[in-house]
Amino acid sequence: MGRGRGVGRAAGRQSQRPPYCVRCPWRREAGLPPTMGLELYLDLLSQPCRAVYIFAKKNSIPFELRTVDLRKGQHLSDAFAQISPLQKVPVLKDGDFTLTESVAILLYMTRKYKVPDHWYPQDLQARARVDEYLAWQHMALRRNCLRALWHKVMLPVFLGEPVSPEMLAATLAELDVTLQVLEDKFLQDKAFLAGPHVSLADLVAITELMHPVGAGCQVFEGRPKLAVWRQRVEAAVGEVLFQEAHEVILKAKHSQPADPTIKQKMMSRVLAMIQ
Amino acid sequence: MGLELYLDLLSQPCRAVYIFAKKNGIPFELRTVDLLKGQHHSDDFAQVNPLKKVPALKDGDFTLAESVAILLYLSRKYETPDHWYPQDLQARARVDEYLAWQHTALRTSCTRTLWQKMMFPVFLGQRVPPEMLASTLAELDRCLQLFEDKFLKDQDFLAGSHISVADLVAITELMHLDLFLCQIFKSRPKLEAWRQRVEAAVGEGLFQEAHAAIMKAKDLPPADAAMKEKLKPFIQLLLQ
Repeated sequence: MGRGRGVGRAAGRQSQRPPYCVRCPWRREAGLPPTMGLELYLDLLSQPCRAVYIFAKKNSIPFELRTVDLRKGQHLSDAFAQISPLQKVPVLKDGDFTLTESVAILLYMTRKYKVPDHWYPQDLQARARVDEYLAWQHMALRRNCLRALWHKVMLPVFLGEPVSPEMLAATLAELDVTLQVLEDKFLQDKAFLAGPHVSLADLVAITELMHPVGAGCQVFEGRPKLAVWRQRVEAAVGEVLFQEAHEVILKAKHSQPADPTIKQKMMSRVLAMIQ
Repeated sequence: MGLELYLDLLSQPCRAVYIFAKKNGIPFELRTVDLLKGQHHSDDFAQVNPLKKVPALKDGDFTLAESVAILLYLSRKYETPDHWYPQDLQARARVDEYLAWQHTALRTSCTRTLWQKMMFPVFLGQRVPPEMLASTLAELDRCLQLFEDKFLKDQDFLAGSHISVADLVAITELMHLDLFLCQIFKSRPKLEAWRQRVEAAVGEGLFQEAHAAIMKAKDLPPADAAMKEKLKPFIQLLLQ
């Protein structure tokens, strides 16, 4: 991931400390402990993890990927609790600094790595539009996309817990209402959510929408405006990176049933998460 | 027309915006949106915020929803002192982290607790299964513990040694909980100490002024049937 770059750069510049040094040979020679560059603890099954992953990759931000397999309950391990007591992904670790919450992580990377302006525009009003979306989405699109995936696929297939058709129908109806708000209030007639260029808002939104897509919901059918926006975002991100980031979620319906011990550990947390 | 802030001080996020604007001497026209009277559902207000929620901001032709977005917009436009949203990369990240977490954690837990402890039993006369209430209260407790251990830690304020917008968002939420439900500050000395620091940093006069509306609501006499009917929308707004 970022390893090759860090070491490659370090080898030629002994007097200058590389910004993203990962187990640099010169440090070893000097008897110094290895430093870690940026570490991202992710599972691409999770929407916020996908947004963070795409953003880091798209902006060539060097990082060590630390996979936390949610379906194996790795986020509930003692080892991961040392990283983050909240036991959730994504988590960013930058030396001694640990950060949770995907929105905070995206903003941190935006500032530290000085990415192109359009991701989080300097312009006061354009920036406010991004902030507005990033705040709204937590309890709106995020929540509904999560519920759609879990009610349609993860609860029955992964956890072996059936979901009544009424519950599923209600969840999908709520999602539908939220999609309408996304179109009418946020997207309107613009190319992207915050204006003419792709921003953090679009990245967070698209990765959310891929959740019900992964569950087999036809989110973009009958919504030509959203479908066109999706294509724009995918083109802006790059098709290859977009597909790579979504490989896991698109296979979610083929999840292996959870190990019974894992299921027991996860159950109450899952129910709280999708409430 | 200058800056307009559409607020109802019965709402926690409105109080955070109000306190921030007043504390920083930001000139604005207060446009009260009376939630109890359902004014947030009016066509006029929908022009300002089609999401039909408060707070909302109008700055000339520019309208903005979401208290976090409004706070950040105000901090930038009016170049408020650095500590509110610090330039320092890591301190700022801590503010962002809290502002993100609170949406789905403390805010949600607070809302759910209000439903189950107040709305259902008192105003709708519906019994809440004890196990459900116990689980909700346990979750609230967990959130408050996380607030103390992971966010506040041994710091004076959420992002370090100075007050920030994170503290404003948090205090208005916790005051809501404290006044309407359970005396959370009384049983949590660390939270109480932080609350006093925040109140001092904001200024007692402004803090009391912002919370006057919910203080009054707290002193309402026990509800009879007619009162219950009248207060239903009030409770519903608490759960906004």
